[in-house]
Amino acid sequence: MQVSPKIDPKSGDPMSTLPNIGVPSSSESHTAGAAPSKLSAHSLDFYYGSFKALHAISMEVFEKRVTAFIGPSGCGKSTFLRTLNRMNETVRHSRVQGEIRLDGENIFRLDVNDVRRRVGMVFQKSNPFPKSIFDNVAYGLRINSSLRRAQLREAVEHSLRRAALWDEVKDKLHQSAYGLSGGQQQRLCIARALAVNPEVLLLDEPCSALDPIATAKIEDLIFQLKDSCTIVIVTHNMQQAARVADYTGFFLLGRLIEFDTTPVIFKTPAKKETEDYITGRFG
Amino acid sequence: MSPSMARNPPWNRIRRKSVNAIMLTLTGICTIFAAGILVFILGYLFVHGARSLNWNFFTKLPTPVGETGGGMANAILGSAKLLLVATFVGVPIGFLGGVYLAEFGGGGFSFLVRYVTDLLNGVPSIVMGIFAFTVIVLPQKHFSTLAGGLALGIMMIPIAIRSSEEFLRNVPLALREGSMALGASKSRAIWSVVIPAAKAGLITGIMLNLARVAGETAPLLFTAFGNRYWSPGWEQPAASLPVMIYTYAISPYDDWHQQAWSAGFVLLAMVLGVNILSRIILAQKGPALR
Repeated sequence: MQVSPKIDPKSGDPMSTLPNIGVPSSSESHTAGAAPSKLSAHSLDFYYGSFKALHAISMEVFEKRVTAFIGPSGCGKSTFLRTLNRMNETVRHSRVQGEIRLDGENIFRLDVNDVRRRVGMVFQKSNPFPKSIFDNVAYGLRINSSLRRAQLREAVEHSLRRAALWDEVKDKLHQSAYGLSGGQQQRLCIARALAVNPEVLLLDEPCSALDPIATAKIEDLIFQLKDSCTIVIVTHNMQQAARVADYTGFFLLGRLIEFDTTPVIFKTPAKKETEDYITGRFG
Repeated sequence: MSPSMARNPPWNRIRRKSVNAIMLTLTGICTIFAAGILVFILGYLFVHGARSLNWNFFTKLPTPVGETGGGMANAILGSAKLLLVATFVGVPIGFLGGVYLAEFGGGGFSFLVRYVTDLLNGVPSIVMGIFAFTVIVLPQKHFSTLAGGLALGIMMIPIAIRSSEEFLRNVPLALREGSMALGASKSRAIWSVVIPAAKAGLITGIMLNLARVAGETAPLLFTAFGNRYWSPGWEQPAASLPVMIYTYAISPYDDWHQQAWSAGFVLLAMVLGVNILSRIILAQKGPALR
């Protein structure tokens, strides 16, 4: 099933370098205008043992846009998200068919650790390491590069600022990350993911365990980050998808039913299933 | 009277209450009996052992029969040296084996390893002694600290493997995924996140394991053998607390019996101390594992 948004995703120039963080956002980037494709799936099937969890998913994720996946529990949206950085390969007896291209390259042909560095991930339940706040953020930098102490400190501060956490933790960088609140821990995990400068950031229901205030902070953060990063978010909360996403995909029973710009999905969906789900008739 | 009471005649209620009272009494008695044995042993050892315990016990060599005084300084040092050798033998093998089972195992081979490990754990300790005797003592034609340490080290392996595996498995999957999602390879994730997260448990496991083999007597009887004097280096027979207790306890001399009580008390205090210390470490670090 090939589902594609109405706007033309084609763009000739391959995105060459890491996003430039300092550049202020162009007004264009907040509207769902034409953007090059960053990540794309091509008739992707995924199996847990003999159970087929994903059926021929084809879609594109556009550069520096927020793409949301919605759908009822067990519909495969998280499974699809976890294939985008090959995280599902850690699951025993899992199997994948089809292609996922990152900047045109099939990620299953690239080095898996390299893919995961370029495509960062934040999990449903915050999972800070049992280390200090500083060491949590520095972790990815330490394993991927050999920065000097001063550079490391600078990079950690920069990542914590990007995750809007710096002011809350700057005086206790060397205390345990477990002393932070749930919302702070989740932003710490975002800072940790941002530290290695990922090109794409995958968020797997990042707010499901958070209260509305902490959720609002994460959503603000997503708005700020999309100037420098391509974001894919799985959410159970349809209002959240409507608020933050430029594009929305609706999953049902392992199939991508419909994928389009968020206003289209929420106002004039083409498929009956999408409309039923959006209007709360099932799910 | 409520309708439910009407369906529950009084004799039924009396029967329920009396069964409850009997079972409660029975379980209570069994608990007191089990705990009582430990308290009795501790108390008995304390009364007999602490009485003749003095500074000399820790600093002096044993005296010849008939001469009063003296201590077991050589046995205390000997036990420490034996445990050091045992640690070098048992901990690396046990720890790395545990890492393999917890992180890389899962197939038929792991099943085999676990099965053999459990079998090894059930092997009588004297057989471990015979093994070390055959491997080291026979070719060298003399008893040594090294042979005793090897026997104790092999005894440590099964429990070291299983306790390391258990504590590593308790580290949440989310931490491994968090690490690998940042581009860490599996071995990197294990080394930099999983093992540090399980550190408190791993250390505790090793300490309890050491405390357990510290009291072993049988594997030392024909490996480290025993010694009335200091045992310099690693190539000579060495005294140890458990063997000393054994020798002194079966001797016909009253003051040797006294010293055996003291040695028993010291050994038990040491094991108890290690247990309490490891509980404290786990209690402090436990919440970090979540």
